[in-house]
Amino acid sequence: MFSFCTDPDTLDQARWLACYLTTGVHLSFYMSFLKVLGLLAVTAPVALGFGFAGAMVARSHIAPLSWIGKAYIAIVRGVPDIAFFLFFVIALDQAFEYLRHKALCPDWDEPIRQGRDFVVCQAAKLPLGNAPQWVHETYGFSLAVITFSIVFGAFAANVIFGAMRAVPRAQLETAEAYGMTRRQTFWRVLVPQMWVFALPGLSNLWMVLIKATPLLFLLGVEDIVYWARELGGTKTPRFTDYPHGDWRMWYFLGLLVFYLAFTRVSEIALDRIMGRLTLGQATAGGEAQRKGAVA
Amino acid sequence: MSCLQTIQDYGLRSIGIGERLLPRSDFTLCEQVTLIGSGMIWNVYFGVVALISGFFLATALAVAKASPRKGLRKPAEWFIFIFRGSPLFIQFFFGYFLFLSLKSQYPMFDAFTSAWLGALIVLYLNTAAYSAEIFYGALLSIPKGDTEAADAYGMTGWPRFKRVIWPTMLRLAWPAYTNEAIFLFHATALVFFSGFPAWQQKGDALYYASYFADKTFNPFVPYPILAGYFILLTLCVVGVFGAVNARLNRHLPQEARRKMRLRPNLIR
Amino acid sequence: MKKTILTTTALALSAGMVFAAAHEKTIRMGTEGAYPPYNFINDAGEVDGFERELGDELCLRAELTCEWVKNDWDSIIPNLVSSNYDTIMAGMSITDERDEVIDFTQDYFPPTASAYVAASDAVDVTSGVIAAQTATIQAGYVAESGATLVEFATPEETVAAVRNGEADAVFADKDYLAPLVEDSAGELMFVGEEVALGGGIGMGLRESDTDLKEKFDAAITSMKEDGTLNAMLKKWFGEETATY
Repeated sequence: MFSFCTDPDTLDQARWLACYLTTGVHLSFYMSFLKVLGLLAVTAPVALGFGFAGAMVARSHIAPLSWIGKAYIAIVRGVPDIAFFLFFVIALDQAFEYLRHKALCPDWDEPIRQGRDFVVCQAAKLPLGNAPQWVHETYGFSLAVITFSIVFGAFAANVIFGAMRAVPRAQLETAEAYGMTRRQTFWRVLVPQMWVFALPGLSNLWMVLIKATPLLFLLGVEDIVYWARELGGTKTPRFTDYPHGDWRMWYFLGLLVFYLAFTRVSEIALDRIMGRLTLGQATAGGEAQRKGAVA
Repeated sequence: MSCLQTIQDYGLRSIGIGERLLPRSDFTLCEQVTLIGSGMIWNVYFGVVALISGFFLATALAVAKASPRKGLRKPAEWFIFIFRGSPLFIQFFFGYFLFLSLKSQYPMFDAFTSAWLGALIVLYLNTAAYSAEIFYGALLSIPKGDTEAADAYGMTGWPRFKRVIWPTMLRLAWPAYTNEAIFLFHATALVFFSGFPAWQQKGDALYYASYFADKTFNPFVPYPILAGYFILLTLCVVGVFGAVNARLNRHLPQEARRKMRLRPNLIR
Repeated sequence: MKKTILTTTALALSAGMVFAAAHEKTIRMGTEGAYPPYNFINDAGEVDGFERELGDELCLRAELTCEWVKNDWDSIIPNLVSSNYDTIMAGMSITDERDEVIDFTQDYFPPTASAYVAASDAVDVTSGVIAAQTATIQAGYVAESGATLVEFATPEETVAAVRNGEADAVFADKDYLAPLVEDSAGELMFVGEEVALGGGIGMGLRESDTDLKEKFDAAITSMKEDGTLNAMLKKWFGEETATY
């Protein structure tokens, strides 16, 4: 990185550290922080979408639909996310490739399962066999987003399902009295009011989601904990210009600070959102705000 | 080898009873189900012991956090923030590291680097922090009327806490606490996966599941078995906690009880 | 809505055809990146090591375009059989169990010795506490030997366990341990007998990929014949290492 980094053996401590912290591996390490933040930013809305859809299906009046919704919530919530991640991504990837295979290569005559091998035609490969590395990485990243969203969508569905039932009955009755249809009642009265009930649960879910990111490595995304472990491990001078002992503790300490800071920032942001949502709502919090405004 | 024989050999393998060597070839479904089930002993052990012991620390922490005295409130706030703000992965790493360095100084810490004690302590502190936050939230939402009634009866100090505040707090916190219990049982799967070493191939359900996944190179059998066990465990937790919830609310009229359950109190 | 989906599929389809026609297929080489000197991540953040150099040379000789992919050791075989990459070069010993599921080329590294490393030479490797990486052939061997096996998730942690006294010795590939022993300034030493485990290290491929296997087999043979493989072995593993 710096011009004085050509021969690390001759450097004094501060310069050595400056060079060490700007090696290519460290840049990958810093990139992985962005990757984790990016994943969170994408996963949160997608998971919320899954949750909303799950809750809507679960409270459907058509019995089989409602069973599907409830089964999704119950099964995915019942399994530890780690166990889910260990086989689900491969299954998801195979499912996509299988569908594409069926669509793109109708005249393929070899079986897809050859013994234990899962083989689809070249055109059905995801990503295509000759795609550059970044496409593969993006694809892996999207699979991770989908898997995370399915898992956390189930939890979000549970929260939203509860929140929809917590909206005071009187509000819905008023809407009916105004002659609104079921659909109108749902979108104009229930959904806007539900958020304030859902937010405490959803913000906790967000906190849990932040802390689930170390599992990303299971999904094939090189996350910060993977790099911290890799970089912190003992390095012998034969394979690196910057040998050092077991420094995992310092790297993990850095991660600890990162996670704590991120949690703190999220707490402050969520408090603000809660304040805004409570405005004018018929809850204890809304009541307190009204009193505060008067006084 | 019949399945019954397999259950005899491996049913308690995770705690060191039965065959010393794990199966190494021709893996049957029965072997996978038995060994992964045997590993669940550890998951249940970690979950139950951490939950019960953590409950008391959580109550103390919640009261401390709600206390007007700064000397009590600040430490409780920091403890809760640190354990809720960092991933369990990192907590296990530091726990193991800390116990190792303590052990090299004082031999009395010998047992702390093995999972049955060391990981248990980390899980205990972790669940205490999460539960404390739930209890703290419940403490703040205790209806004013309840405490005023206690004051009117001239109750103070310990009897006031034990007979009025604590039961109400539990009642309010219970749905969220159920969720915390489910998460805790799930978290026990991380113990051998990243935190603590497995001795003599005695591990938890995930340890055996990944053993089979590694030997058969097929993740689609052992992990779904593991998932099945955990769904059963989750159902048990929900059942037990539901029974306790019914008992906590037994004084309420039927209609109000139903409403209790609908509270969207899903805070973890 | 339906129409847009159809158009995108059609686009993806035609784009795929064009690509497939224009380029040779890229061979993706899976490795772990945490097992020096076989494979590791260098200071620049790239896959490096004996297998990187060897793999690049093999691809050159087989006239293939190759690129390297990192994957966790635990799921390295499932990801191969589900076609997420095409080969494994990750210091993987050829064993009967693995051979049932995937295919191996001929070995490019002679049958390896595994060795015990301890912090003192008084350790009894048949009755002491022996550390090994979870789910390796070494872990299986220790479990059978009668010693107390303690398993860690990464090779790094197994050596750390010997340094901090958790385990009496660590059992792993000798070539992984040798540089660590050399650089430990007398703190670590080899103890006990070396054990030959597995049938050498080969490149793993899907069983259905027979064409690719033949190409790489031919390339390995040619490297064995003209002595380049031996030179590479000496470069990475020292003068005394076993050669062909």
